[in-house]
Amino acid sequence: MTPWTASFTAILGKDLRSELRTMRSLPAMVLFAVTAFVIFRFGLDRTALSGSLASGVLWATLLFAAILGINRLFVAERDEGGFEAIRLAPIDRTSLLAAKSAALLVYLLALEAVTVPVFALFFLDSAAALGPLCAVLLLADLGLAATGALVSSMAVNSRARDLLVPLLLLPLVVPLMIAATGASEPLLEAGGPAYDRFGTWLAVLALYDLVFLLVGYAVFDFLLED
Amino acid sequence: MHATYGKGLRTLSIATVAATALALSLVFFYAPLDADQGFIQKIFYLHVPLATMALVGFMIGGVYGILHLRSGDARHDMRSYVAIHMSVIFGVGVLITGAIWAKASWGHWWVWDEPTLVSFLIVFLLYATYYPFRYAIEDRDRQARYASVFAVTAGAFVPLNFLAVRLAESLVHPRTFATAEGGLPGEMWLTFLVSLAAMALLWTTLFKFEMTAKNASAQLSRLRRALDRGAGSSSARIAPGVATRPD
Repeated sequence: MTPWTASFTAILGKDLRSELRTMRSLPAMVLFAVTAFVIFRFGLDRTALSGSLASGVLWATLLFAAILGINRLFVAERDEGGFEAIRLAPIDRTSLLAAKSAALLVYLLALEAVTVPVFALFFLDSAAALGPLCAVLLLADLGLAATGALVSSMAVNSRARDLLVPLLLLPLVVPLMIAATGASEPLLEAGGPAYDRFGTWLAVLALYDLVFLLVGYAVFDFLLED
Repeated sequence: MHATYGKGLRTLSIATVAATALALSLVFFYAPLDADQGFIQKIFYLHVPLATMALVGFMIGGVYGILHLRSGDARHDMRSYVAIHMSVIFGVGVLITGAIWAKASWGHWWVWDEPTLVSFLIVFLLYATYYPFRYAIEDRDRQARYASVFAVTAGAFVPLNFLAVRLAESLVHPRTFATAEGGLPGEMWLTFLVSLAAMALLWTTLFKFEMTAKNASAQLSRLRRALDRGAGSSSARIAPGVATRPD
């Protein structure tokens, strides 16, 4: 194991362990998403959704639930001195960003494992779309994890942390949301899943993931300097 | 001392005024009327150069951000800030002139199907968060570094955003102006290029003015601090390294 993977797994393991013990982010995210679905259920007054409405409700809810997790991602590092420890340790600092992104990815996958079946139960007539939807969810989660960890580390050292995360993140993830909703919309059509330009959207999602993983890798060092 | 701040500013201002006057006279007296759209098409010579310079300015802000991160020189951060600041102001102009054009040619102030409009709005919204982000960080060095990280990230975001929005709309909705650029006659091209050059000069002049003002006020507060220190400690001398720092 190289030093980079060693520090990566150590930080990731620490994050997941502390989340399992304290349950600071995940339950809130899940609860938020389920409650939002209930609100949509009564707000839209429909028992079944399809097409653009269904994908809009799904992605808006998942995005706002993700913001709850992104807000808290680096709070423990700042409050408990984790940043100082990382700066003191003779390790590559990008392993911290990678580990935080991976932790966020795990949170998002766990969130979706619970809330997407709930969404299907509330609003969808058949579960046929869920299979191909997994590919969209995975690629979009990767992008959200990369941008989210970067934005979270930028905002955590400022005064208005909770305010800045959504403010910075929402415009940044607009292309991601366009591609994710574009891919899910035909999948969630009433007559069963269609694959209208599915490949193009997945390619855009993958490109977005790649660009923001590289940007994060390039700039993260400067966010830790002091 | 004061000469170093506004160096070349007078020449640049005169060139800008001359180029703008030339561009405007070309727009109104030389360029032919558009066959379809008539007089309103002339806002094109204002709107498109504004948008181009705003986007180029965002890119310049990103490049200065990279330079600042690599060198740690605070002046690059100042330039990155001023470039983004100017481009946000230009961006307001782009949105207003674009809305006027849309109202005249499509009958609506805002058309959600037009990818260029929507992508520009998203880019504008992202850069509008630059100010709350920057001023939420108190420590000077950290503020500069984080602002540069923002400038670099947002600079990478601009082309990606245009790609995604264009993909989202172009196949569903045909582009109304797809042929406007390609079928432009020579007189219109010339007028457009002169307008673009005038706008680039205007951007550069405003950039220089803002930089000069920022440098002058920074110098003023340095001198004030030095004077206060001097008055407090009975030695009224201003530290040479503080007072003679060049631009």
